[in-house]
Parts: sequence; C-alpha cells; structure tokens
Amino acid sequence: MTELVFALAVGILTASGVWLLLRPRTFQVIIGLSLLSYAVNLFIFGMGRLRVGAAPVLENTEAVDPALYADPLPQALVLTAIVISFAMTALFLVVLLASRGLTGTDHVDGREDPQ
Amino acid sequence: MSSGMPLLAIVALPFIGSLVAVFLRQDARNGAALLAGTIALCATLLTALQYPAVHRGGVLRTGIEWVPTLGLDLTLRMDGFTWLFAMLVTGIGFLVALYARYYMSPADPVPRFFAFLLAFMGAMLGIVLSGNLIQLVFFWELTSLFSFLLIGYWHHNASARDGARMALTVTATGGLCLLVGMLLVGHIVGSYDLDQVLASGNQIRTSSLYLPTLILVLLGALTKSAQFPFHFWLPHAMAAPTPVSAYLHSATMVKAGVFLLTLLWPVLSGTEAWFYIVVSAGLCTLLLGSYAAIFQQDLKGLLAYSTISHLGLITLLLGLSSPLAAVAAIFHTMNHATFKASLFMAAGIIDHESGTRDIRRLSGLFRFMPITATLAMVAAAAMAGVPLLNGFLSKEMFFAEAAAFHIDSLLDHSLPWFAMLASAFSVAYSLRFIHGVFFGPPATDLPRKPHEPPHWMRFPIEFLVLACLLVGILPAMTIKPFLATAVYAVLGPNTPPYSLAVWHGFNEPLLMSMIALTGGILLYWLLQRYLAKGIDGSPLLRRLKGQRIFERVLVTLSWRWARTLERLFGTQRLLPQLRLLVGFAVLAALLPLYRQGLEAGSQPGTAFDPAFLLLWIVGGLCAIGAAYQAKYHRLAAMVLLGGAGLATCITFVWFSAPDLAITQLLVEIVTTVLILLGLRWLPKRIEVVGEGLSLGLQARVRRVRDLMLALAAGTGMTLIVYAMLTRPLPDTISRYFVENAYAEGGGRNIVNVLLVDFRAFDTFGEIVVLAVVAVTVFSLLRRFRPAPESVEAPEQQQVQDAYDKARPDRAVGDTLADYLTIPATIMQWLFPAVIMVAIYLFLRGHDLPGGGFAAGVTMSIALILQYMAGGTRWVEARLRIRPVRWIGLGLLCAAFTGIGAWAFGHPFLTSYFQYLELPAVGKVPAATALLFDLGVFAVVVGATVLILIALAHQSVRTPRAARPPLVAATPAMTKEDA
Repeated sequence: MTELVFALAVGILTASGVWLLLRPRTFQVIIGLSLLSYAVNLFIFGMGRLRVGAAPVLENTEAVDPALYADPLPQALVLTAIVISFAMTALFLVVLLASRGLTGTDHVDGREDPQ
Repeated sequence: MSSGMPLLAIVALPFIGSLVAVFLRQDARNGAALLAGTIALCATLLTALQYPAVHRGGVLRTGIEWVPTLGLDLTLRMDGFTWLFAMLVTGIGFLVALYARYYMSPADPVPRFFAFLLAFMGAMLGIVLSGNLIQLVFFWELTSLFSFLLIGYWHHNASARDGARMALTVTATGGLCLLVGMLLVGHIVGSYDLDQVLASGNQIRTSSLYLPTLILVLLGALTKSAQFPFHFWLPHAMAAPTPVSAYLHSATMVKAGVFLLTLLWPVLSGTEAWFYIVVSAGLCTLLLGSYAAIFQQDLKGLLAYSTISHLGLITLLLGLSSPLAAVAAIFHTMNHATFKASLFMAAGIIDHESGTRDIRRLSGLFRFMPITATLAMVAAAAMAGVPLLNGFLSKEMFFAEAAAFHIDSLLDHSLPWFAMLASAFSVAYSLRFIHGVFFGPPATDLPRKPHEPPHWMRFPIEFLVLACLLVGILPAMTIKPFLATAVYAVLGPNTPPYSLAVWHGFNEPLLMSMIALTGGILLYWLLQRYLAKGIDGSPLLRRLKGQRIFERVLVTLSWRWARTLERLFGTQRLLPQLRLLVGFAVLAALLPLYRQGLEAGSQPGTAFDPAFLLLWIVGGLCAIGAAYQAKYHRLAAMVLLGGAGLATCITFVWFSAPDLAITQLLVEIVTTVLILLGLRWLPKRIEVVGEGLSLGLQARVRRVRDLMLALAAGTGMTLIVYAMLTRPLPDTISRYFVENAYAEGGGRNIVNVLLVDFRAFDTFGEIVVLAVVAVTVFSLLRRFRPAPESVEAPEQQQVQDAYDKARPDRAVGDTLADYLTIPATIMQWLFPAVIMVAIYLFLRGHDLPGGGFAAGVTMSIALILQYMAGGTRWVEARLRIRPVRWIGLGLLCAAFTGIGAWAFGHPFLTSYFQYLELPAVGKVPAATALLFDLGVFAVVVGATVLILIALAHQSVRTPRAARPPLVAATPAMTKEDA
C-alpha cells in the first residue's frame, strides 16, 4: 500500500511535469522541469526500496550489518541531483529571461505560434 | 619482387608536389609548371622502370599496415594492366602540365591550378595502384573532389561552379554506391585485398549478394565514366580550363570507371545481369553520345559528347564478357586517351588563339594555323576510325566482336547495326570538327586574329598524334608488347589469340568500317543545311535533358524534402522536439512491457501509515494545481510547487534519507528566491474569461494530445515504480559501501562518505558543473536586456514613491526603506545564527546528516537573507562578497586535496583519515575528505550566491531595453529588488 502511494506520487509528479513541459510558455516549462526533477529524484531514491527508520548513519562501527541500513547509493546520487537541478533551473530561468528580452515573447520557440 | 619504394614514390610524389605548389607565389607560373612537369616526368620514368617486373604476369606489391585488425592496410600493387594505366596517367599528365604552362593566363593563380592538378594525378595513381578495395574507393572519392576543384577553378564563372557541383554530386554519389558495393565484395570474399578478390570470381558470382553488389559497383563506375543515364555531367564539366578537360575528360577521371570495370572484369563479368546492364548502358551511351556530338556548337561540347560515346563503346565491349572484347576495350582505352587528349588540346589552342570555341563562328582556320590544323585533322581521323590510325585498329576489333557475339537475344543481333550507326555518327562529327573549323571561307568576326601557338604548346599534340600514327601504322612494333602485358594481367591464361595487323584481308569488319565511313560522310553532307542554321542542341533529343532531371531531383532532395524534415524535426522549435522526445521515451518503455508483460513483485510492503497517504493527497493536488495554474497565476503555481517539494522532502525523511531531506528543504528555499527574482521580468498574462471556449480546433487537439502524453508518462512511471518497489533489492555495490564506510572512509554518515570519498571524483565533476553553470548564468546576465514593458519600476514601488512625493515631509524612497522593517531586522539578526547552522552542518557532515552541499546552501541562504533584509546596496556597503573567488578557491581546494594523494603515491582523490584528540573539544575526525568537503562547500556557496546576486542586480541596474547595459558594478539601490 505504501509502495502504491509512493508509485502514484511519482506518477502524478511525472504527469504534471510532462504536461507543463509540453506547454508553450517558458515559465510553465520551468515549473514542469522542477516537478519532473522531483519525480525523477523520488524514482532514483526508490531504487533503494522504502525503509522506515533505517537511515544510513552507522550506529556502532564494529561489525557493520548492511541489512540494518537503507541503501546509501541512490541517496548519494539524488543528493547531487538535487543541487544540480537547482543549477539547471537557474540556468534555464536566465536563458528564458534573456530570450524574453531579445525576442519580446515568453514562448519557448522565441516567437508566437502562427495560429 | 623488388622493394615497394618506387610504387610508394609514384603515388606520393604528386601529393608532395601539390603541397609544395600550394606555397608558391600566386604569380609563379613558370615555377609551378616546372614543378608539375618535373614531378610528372619523374613519375612517368619511375613507372616505366617497373616494366620488367610486371612483364608476363608479374605483380609488384608493397604494403604499410594501418588498421590491421580491420584488414585495412595501405597496399600498393602494380600489374601489367595497371602499369599501362599508370603510364597513361603520368605520361599524359606530363604533357598536360607542359601544355598548361602556355595555356594558363599569368593573371590566374596558376600555382593553385598545378597544386590541384598534381593532387588529382596522385589520387588517380592511387586508384590505379591500390591493392585494397577500400583504399581504392578512398582515392576514387579523392579524384571526385579534386575534379570538383579543377572544374570550378575559374570560380568567378557561374557555369564553372555549376558544372563542378554537378560533377561532384554525380560522381561522389556514385562513389558512395561504390563504397557499399566494395564493402559487399569484402563481405563475400572475406577480405578487401585486391589479389584475394581477383582470385574469388566464382565465389562472388554465385553469391546471393551478387546482384546488389554488381549494381552498386556499376553505379560507381557508370557515374564516373559518364555513362547513360548519368552522362549529363560531362558536357557541363567543359567549363573547366582546357588542360583539365584534356587530362580529366580524356585520359583519367572518366577512364576511372572503365578502369574499374576492366579491373573487376575477371570477377564480375560473365553473367546475364552483367551483360544486360553493362551492354545496354554502353550501347545507349554510344548512340546518344555520338548522335548528340554531331549537333554541338561548342568545340569542347562536341568533344565531350564524343568522349561519352567512346566510353560507351568501351563499356559495351566490356559488357560482352568475351576475352577478345576485353582486349579491344583495353586497346581502345589507350587509343582514345591519345587522340582525345590531343583533340582537347587542339581545341584549347583554337580557343586560346582565336578567342572562341563556337563552331558557327570558326571557319577556314587552316590558313592561319596549318600545323595545328594538320595535327587536329589526324587526331580527328583517328577518332573517326580512318585506316592507318590507331582508332581504326580498335574499331575493327569492336566490329569483329559485335558481329561475332551471340547469345541469341534481340540485343546482340542488332548490335552490328547499332555499331555501324554509331560509327557513322562518329565519322560525321569528326568531319564536322575538321570541316567546320579549318575549312571554308576565313572567319572574319573572331575576337582575336588567330595564329600558330608557341612551339612548346603544340609539342604535346605533336607527340600524341605521332603516337596515333605509329600505333596505327606499325602496331606490332609499338604497342603490341605492352598491350600483351596488360591483357595478360587481366585475362591471365584466358588470353585469346589476337592480331594487331593493319590488314586482315577483305573481311566482315572491314566491310562494316567502309559502310560506316561512307555512311558518315553521306550523313554529314545531308546534314549540311540543317547544321548551317546553327541551332543549339540535337534534334529529337533536345527535350531529353539529364541536367533538368538532375536539378529537379536536387531541388526535391535538398530543398523540399529537407524543408519538410526540418519542419518536422528541426531544432528551431522546441515543442515538437519535446513531444517527440517524450513520445519516444513512452514508446521505448512500452516495448519491454509489451514483450514481457508486467506484474507486481512479491516483496512484502512497508507498514502502511494513513498519514503518508494524506501527505501525498496534498502533494499530488499541489503538483496538479501547479500544472493547472502555471500559465496565468505564476505565484500560485510557485506556492503549489513548493507544496509538492515539501511532500517530497517529507518523503525523504519518512524513508530514512535525512541528508536528502535537509538538502531538498534548503534547495527549495533558494529555488523559490531564484524564481521570485525572475518573475518580474516575465510578461503579464491575464486570463480572459471564456477563453477556453473560443479555443481553435487545432489548439484543442494539441491539448488533448499533450494530456494523453502526460497521462501515459505518469501511468508508465507509476507502473514501473510499483513493479520495482515490490521486488526485493538485489545485492549491489552498496553492501561494500556500507561495510567499509567507517573502516576505510572514517565516517558514520555513509551518504557523506560516498560523496566525499568513495565517489569523490563524481562529486568533483558535479561541483565543476555547478561552477560552470554559475559563471554561465553570470555572463548571460551581463548582456541581459529586459523587455520594454518590464523596464519601469514595479507597481508597488510606484505607489510607494507616489505616496512619498505627495507628502512634503517624506523623501522619495522612505516608504520603501521602511517597508517590512521588523522582519528585516530579524533577518539581519539571524545572520550569525544561520552561519553557525551552516558550520554545524558542515562539521558534523561526516558522521551525521549534513555535509558540504547542505552547509553550502545554508551559508548562501544566510547571505541572501541579508540581501532581502537590507537591500543590495546596504549589504554591499558592509560586506564584500566575491562569489567567483569562493568558486575558484573551492575548486582549487577540492582539486588539491585530490592531487595531494599523488604525493603519497595514491590515485587521485584517495582520502586519509585519523581522529585527533583536541583539548577541551574531544575526539575530532580529521579526514582529508573534510578538506574536499570544504571545497564542495565553497563552490556551492559561491555558485548559489553568484547566480542569485547576479539576478538580483538586474533590478538595480539602470534598465535599458534597447541597448545592453553595462553590468552593475555600482548598483543604484532599491529595496524590494532582492
């Protein structure tokens, strides 16, 4: 059940993100990318399976039992991904501002649709 | 077997000469000609010296290993046949170089011409002497390329450019087909080595891939040799300087096709497919070319069509698959090269000395240049196949073969008649060349007064015409041994007995020759009146223009189809691309689903808590709300986005990822600040009530389609995640990390140890990316120009300033300065506290949740808070933050920590740790990983602050929409901008 909720959460975030990604306004795309990066981060994180109360912080340092701790590898990957996705959002925001200044529109193609 | 040096030298010399010629002065006509002539002569002599080695079936071979695993070596190989061809290429190359010295005007950049010519000669020799099929194709394409440069030598001339482009397009496309054909041959035989291929004729002919191979190889050869239906490029290539035509379009370039056909004749010929394709292509070309040649008004055009027809003749002979026909083909290849090269040169002299090549204007030139005229007449007679000249001998052989060949089909029964017809045509156009140019009343309206050329310009023609005569009169004493060597190299033990005598008695071929000669003379006489009208182009066939079809194909391919493809897949528009990308991703994920089905795993689930469901009901609604509101209500969308982010953050905490939760929460804050800063520069978008109803059909379709895509992507992700979560976790490398985090990394927080120790190189890459992004953002903003309507101050600030103006006791800006004073004061007081939190997070990171990333973001939040509280100027008057230095020092710190490991003989980024006992503090972890983490911390602080401050500064610059303003080094202060 918990797994199903988690899976639905990823799905909803993905669907909202993809919908916004396919919108023509740059701001929508930024929000979409952020939602999508939540989804992807959760997805990667989920690769280590869901464990409650098993933070990968060693209690005793003698005879470590890996079964007691959540998988640290996806966590390490997601941690850098969070920071990088901030950088990506920043870059994209600035590009959209520059493009808006230069083209006079906030359409992603730099010009309004013909229709 | 002698050493391979001479072969290498023969191929390399022209290329070296070409390189030298490139560096000669623009006006070094004599120097360049001398260089080219010397090199061609050396190559000729070197080739001649190899004769003893290739005599009677000998083969010279030399190789340099290049990519031995792929069977690609530089292999050079010379047998009797290729020797003869190499002699032709180098010998005529020498004569052309000599001729070009006088032909080229000193005003042209002559060294460049000779550089191209030499390079072409090298490429041609490369084809002839290649012992490897792939290498042959390489040189083949090289000849196309240099022929392009040579035809387009006078690039100021539009017809030269067009002709060059057409020649390149046709021959290089053929070359690509040839490459594929050769790859197929290599696939069938298992080797690209020419000798092995030549020994595997049966294997190739019986292979199931024979037909595609044959067609592809023939496409290459037929395009190169200007065979129907690809013949149209050759007349257009006549825009080249005449020495180029004399060289490329008589002896070399166009001969490469028939050379290849002859070379592969032993392995490819002898099948029905070969007969029908090659013979029909040759026959069509022979007839069309000779017919069209009669009606050309341009001397070189006449010669070009004549070349097409003679190449057709050679192709036809090769198509007959009989050894005698192959002998005739080889012989005619040589003969045609001699008389056609001399005719082209003669045409060049006529053009050079009289100023025109138009047969309608030329007349009675015999009076002005009797020697040249005599030479040209002899050469033209050889072209027509008049007895006692070399053309006669090979034409006799052709007639004999045409009459003797039978496989009982309509094609071969009609062959003798077509042969005679084409021969009569060639007599007619040869007559036209002689009669129209040299006889009749003296021309009066020529641009120049014609006269004999300098002796050395005429010398090449004299030499070649002498060769025509000698071969024609005394074949047994001149060409016979060489021809025998060449023929033996191709046919080996199958070499048939043949005779090269001038007089074979009164037989069938002689009768056919006589009929053709009389018929040709009669035809010319009958056509006199029509030709006198001077109509351009040939009757009946005027409308059939290969060129027009070619252009239409090019327009379709390179314009219409290209435009359609660009419209569909081009990078100009983002939306279709994203749609394709998402659609493709969904399809790619569907494929394994379709193949293997989907079922949930058997792993028992985690204990369910209704609170978690509630969390994601809120989180999911936030996400959907953000998606719904992002167009018209940006702020609301941001708040909702934050809600979804918070749900994510809590999920991390819930499932044992405290580090992620901390980082996510902090990054959430900076992202919000970032987007808030950007919001001001976006255009206002106000929702019109009822807009949704007036939406066009196309927009509706688009929306439904996007919704479908989004739902498909979401459903897919849900399914994948659920399937994954219900399966047990396989044993991964994580076990190693958990077990060794403390023993080898010296830290209890495994995630942090992973980041700064086990996978530190990865992290190093990440912080470099972060730094690059920050600097990119900064430099993009330096040239930032806001849209005109965003330039004026925001509405709230205008209201505040208006209020100040209205009150005499207030200065403008007072309200702004007082705005939110209490929160601002609290934020200022928070500064040291937040820094303390950052340091705390940083120091405990190795053992407890925290670390360089989280601490770095916290630190930048501390700084941003000050900007928000006091405004840009207030902060910058008190605190100089140099984010670029933070970034630089951080990167250096991380890099040097890594490099430090080298000093102790360990790989990059190997860490060392120890626990130190400090008085009063206690046991403190002192790992070099901490230093690395410090670098991470500094880069994160620098990058975040640089991005946010650069964006914040946009509001305090004097905004100018039209011109790119300078970066705000001394910001003018407003308060709400940060």
